[in-house]
Amino acid sequence: MLYARLILSRLAKAVIVLFLIVIFNFFLIQMAPGDPAAILAGEAGATDEEFLRQLRERFGLDQPLYVQLWRYVSGVAMLDFGFSYRQQMPVLDLIMARMPATLLLTGTAFVLSLVMGIVAGSMAAARVKKPSGSIIMALALIFYATPLFWVALMSVVLFSVYLDLLPAYGMYTVGAGHTGLALVLDVGKHLILPATTLALFFMAIYTRMTRASMLEASQQDFVKTARAKGLSPRIIQRRHILRNALLPIITLAGLQAGQMVGGAILTETVFAWPGIGRLMYEALMQRDYNLLLGIFFFSAALVIVFNIFTDLVYRLADPRIKEGS
Amino acid sequence: MTAEANTSREPVLSLRNLTIALPTGADRDHAVEEVSYDVARGEILCVVGESGSGKSMAANAVMGLLPKGVHPVGGQAIFDGQDLLTLTEKQHRKLRGLRIGMIFQEPMTALNPLMRVGAQIAEVFEAHGKLSGRERQAQALALLTEVGIPDPEKAIRAYPFQLSGGQRQRVMIAMALALEPELLIADEPTTALDVTTQAQILELIRDLQARRGMSVMFITHDFGVVAEVANRVCVMRHGRIVELGEAEEVLKHPQNDYTRALIEAIPSNVIPEARGAETDTALLEVAGLNKVFRSKGGLFKPAREVHALQDVSFSLVKGETIGIVGESGSGKSTLGRCVVRLERPDSGTLSLSGTDFMHLKGEGLRRERHRVQMIFQDPYASLNPRHRVGYAIAQGPIANGVPKAKAMTQANDLLDLVGLGGTADRFPHEFSGGQRQRIGIARALALNPELIVADEAVSALDVSIQAQILELLEDLKQKLSLSLLFITHDLRVAAQICDRIIVMQHGRIVEQGSARDVFLAPQATYTRQLLDAIPGREHELADA
Amino acid sequence: MSFFARFAQNRGALVGLIILLAIILMAILAPLIFPESPWRMVQRPFLAPMEVEGFWLGTDTMGRNVAAGIMHGAWVSLLIGLVSTTVALAIGVPLGAIAGYYGGLIDDALMRFTEFFQTIPNFALAIVLVAIMQPSITSIVLAIALVSWPPVARLVRAEFMSLRNREYVEAARLVGQTNTTIILRQILPNTLSPIIVLASLMVATAILLESALSFLGLGDPNVMSWGYMIGAARTVIRQAWWLSFFPGLAILLTVLALNLVGEGLDDALNPKLSRERS
Repeated sequence: MLYARLILSRLAKAVIVLFLIVIFNFFLIQMAPGDPAAILAGEAGATDEEFLRQLRERFGLDQPLYVQLWRYVSGVAMLDFGFSYRQQMPVLDLIMARMPATLLLTGTAFVLSLVMGIVAGSMAAARVKKPSGSIIMALALIFYATPLFWVALMSVVLFSVYLDLLPAYGMYTVGAGHTGLALVLDVGKHLILPATTLALFFMAIYTRMTRASMLEASQQDFVKTARAKGLSPRIIQRRHILRNALLPIITLAGLQAGQMVGGAILTETVFAWPGIGRLMYEALMQRDYNLLLGIFFFSAALVIVFNIFTDLVYRLADPRIKEGS
Repeated sequence: MTAEANTSREPVLSLRNLTIALPTGADRDHAVEEVSYDVARGEILCVVGESGSGKSMAANAVMGLLPKGVHPVGGQAIFDGQDLLTLTEKQHRKLRGLRIGMIFQEPMTALNPLMRVGAQIAEVFEAHGKLSGRERQAQALALLTEVGIPDPEKAIRAYPFQLSGGQRQRVMIAMALALEPELLIADEPTTALDVTTQAQILELIRDLQARRGMSVMFITHDFGVVAEVANRVCVMRHGRIVELGEAEEVLKHPQNDYTRALIEAIPSNVIPEARGAETDTALLEVAGLNKVFRSKGGLFKPAREVHALQDVSFSLVKGETIGIVGESGSGKSTLGRCVVRLERPDSGTLSLSGTDFMHLKGEGLRRERHRVQMIFQDPYASLNPRHRVGYAIAQGPIANGVPKAKAMTQANDLLDLVGLGGTADRFPHEFSGGQRQRIGIARALALNPELIVADEAVSALDVSIQAQILELLEDLKQKLSLSLLFITHDLRVAAQICDRIIVMQHGRIVEQGSARDVFLAPQATYTRQLLDAIPGREHELADA
Repeated sequence: MSFFARFAQNRGALVGLIILLAIILMAILAPLIFPESPWRMVQRPFLAPMEVEGFWLGTDTMGRNVAAGIMHGAWVSLLIGLVSTTVALAIGVPLGAIAGYYGGLIDDALMRFTEFFQTIPNFALAIVLVAIMQPSITSIVLAIALVSWPPVARLVRAEFMSLRNREYVEAARLVGQTNTTIILRQILPNTLSPIIVLASLMVATAILLESALSFLGLGDPNVMSWGYMIGAARTVIRQAWWLSFFPGLAILLTVLALNLVGEGLDDALNPKLSRERS
């Protein structure tokens, strides 16, 4: 029940943020150089004067600014994000068609990076003085410093071109007509490379953070108390150190949401994964600003939902917040 | 107070020529050197020393809990026929909690914040494979009752943050005693607690020890505590033992000069002589002061109100020193901060030499600020680490229009006055805690204030340094005719230096009067409690 | 121990410093070693590395010298990294300082503002901004700066909030110092260390962002940057993997070096002092 209140208040806050983004979007469109009508039409109808005149009339582009703003905002409130002339579909439909693919990719990458990161970080923390610990941290640093799109390209070259182990492009094998379990496996096979490359960067972040957090937690007084009780090191690691070390990581995970969505754009572009990231790239190439801004809005929405989720998890994990002091 | 120490059997713990090395680059080579003492069965041995004396190191070595880089290089620690220093980590684990228990200093951080208290006690049984799950819970409950926690059924399911410092320390004791160890090591368990709570915990430890016939190694810096609980005492300095013997003997007839100096440095229990201020001019007048702190409620937490000050009234005349005494939460610090206007009281009047100090704001306040100055508590946080100390002192006058050269000369003079002549060019980290407090005093004097508020100015210092600073303050008081508002939690310290004492509890003044009156004839129950709680009060220490 | 001695204790930091200096050297020497523009087509396209004398890294799809592109690209990356970080600091430090010091409504307002920026996925925002402003070095620098300032503001705010209640700050207030003096003279000097460390990491992030933007085709069309080189070679990756490999390696080494140096700075500026009290 209490959580319902929390979620509601967060949603209310989210609505305000999204509203601001909508206004922000609107002014961005205005800022784009050139004729708004031409921009709306994209490169398709730029030369047809009659067409442009129709556009202007239809979208009230000759109206004063505040009227246009109102039309835009009320449109969004009714889930009308405009029309993509290039793709000849409403923006909303386009986005919704591609959203599941992005959710699959980012969801997988998130879980993968978090789990692997925590495991690697714990291992590195347990092996502080040993060379294996240093190797883990060195690898983490290298993955952190590597450009995501380059790793993606290199892994395509390695795994797909030279080793021919994994498919390089797309979400499923086109024309194969798989259904049911076969489809799931096929998608899974296609998912491996993109999800892993997207996860690498964040895995590095979580590894480094986990190690630092665990080292810090192990310096705390309550660890000395636990040792004085005669507890085995394994129980101390798990119950005392890890549990306390995880709290800042949950917070960090929430903050990484925005980065991950950004990373998805690059990953989807390289691997031709049919998600909203790739859609954004297409919109970019086609100078389809309406679509671009629509995707921008939805990526922000995704981040907000994700943040609410991590916040809830944090509250569950830390009794100091749950029970109220 | 002298419990019969049962010396007819082998000592529980026997340290022989123990030497523990510190990592290179530390203050000295060894944490402890050639230290030998025994803990007899059924006795309480106090290991006393100031910070840096090495008193805790031997205890850590016994438990196998020495910090990184610190290791024993000589001697033995014999427990039950085994030399503990030669044990592997696994062997140590078998002993910890089962045959040797340990409790630590900081109750605030010594418990896992994410585990319920009952579960943490049950862990002790789990560590040594005793009892079933349900039995463990039952035992935990019994232990909590035995250590006197209020409402044990509720406490067992509580998280540490829901308990007070004293309650958490009781939980620690319960954990340490769960498996009935032969030896309990208590490493400064009451240092971080209020004086009344400290008295309760000391009594608890004494009771438990008597009931269970346990041996206790009690590490402390406070000789008052020694007087209160010890059968025998071992005094340490710079890693070596300087005196070892029966508690009564050492307290009454200390052989070693250092021991004697330590005992003398304790604000004596001698009743303060009658003294009063010389003038009648009212300097500070406080009437009906109120201050409430509100913490914003979140979605789940109710907004909380803390009534830090409730209807506080008193006045101070020129040349007088008033002590504000209270425990944590009494409001004494808030009162001090209101007087210097670091906080703004909600209502009441506050005036300095007749001018209203309460309603000043902004630029007006900034201009009058120089009239009241403060000496802060934490010597390590009261000086900007990036500024040389001469500049730190000169900043005040400079901010008030004095040309820089003149301000620096004044700063040099002030440093001379507090005994730190010629050090204006150094940075704070080059000074010790006591020296930094002297700089803090010099800084407070720089603006020639009418009133100085000392907010627990000596509480963070070792006892011997404390005595030096109090002496300096007394000296300056005479020389400069200072008026001082001295805030402290230690009645003894207040009695030494103050003309009048005001006792506060829960934001209210419960008693005010001359220092002598408050000590000899305390009116309020709380004052009496405070006086009784002073450890070692009944003892006549050496050099009465 | 002096600052340099502490820095040098961290082996990784030393390695990073050497690599960084090498890259800076590359940027400086580029116009000397390859005086012609890297856009000039100078040989047969698709030459593999070392296939022809003098073209150690081969040529690209249009016959341009890859090595020249990499050396000139160093200058672009470093320039954009430094300038955008400076702008981000210029925005974030004052905002964070004011929010952290004054608290109250100002803090609330600034916090909402920062949160808003943090909710937006920063790469997506950068894309949108550069796309709308039309790609150029200026727009890229601005976009990266606008996307990077929130963490600075957050850090500075946290530092100010923790330091404003320190006793030496209270002492400064007591002697009558003005707020401005306190902010600039008392608190700011004590927050420089974490800001410097953060700044070095921000330059690294800025370089990654710029290369990602160029990869997607949003780079300044007049400038040959490493990201652009990788993006341009994407379609021919099967035939000429080296065209993507070397520029990526350059980015990796630069960002790695900056991170190592950042860690070294952290160690040197914030020595972990332990006050042993037994």
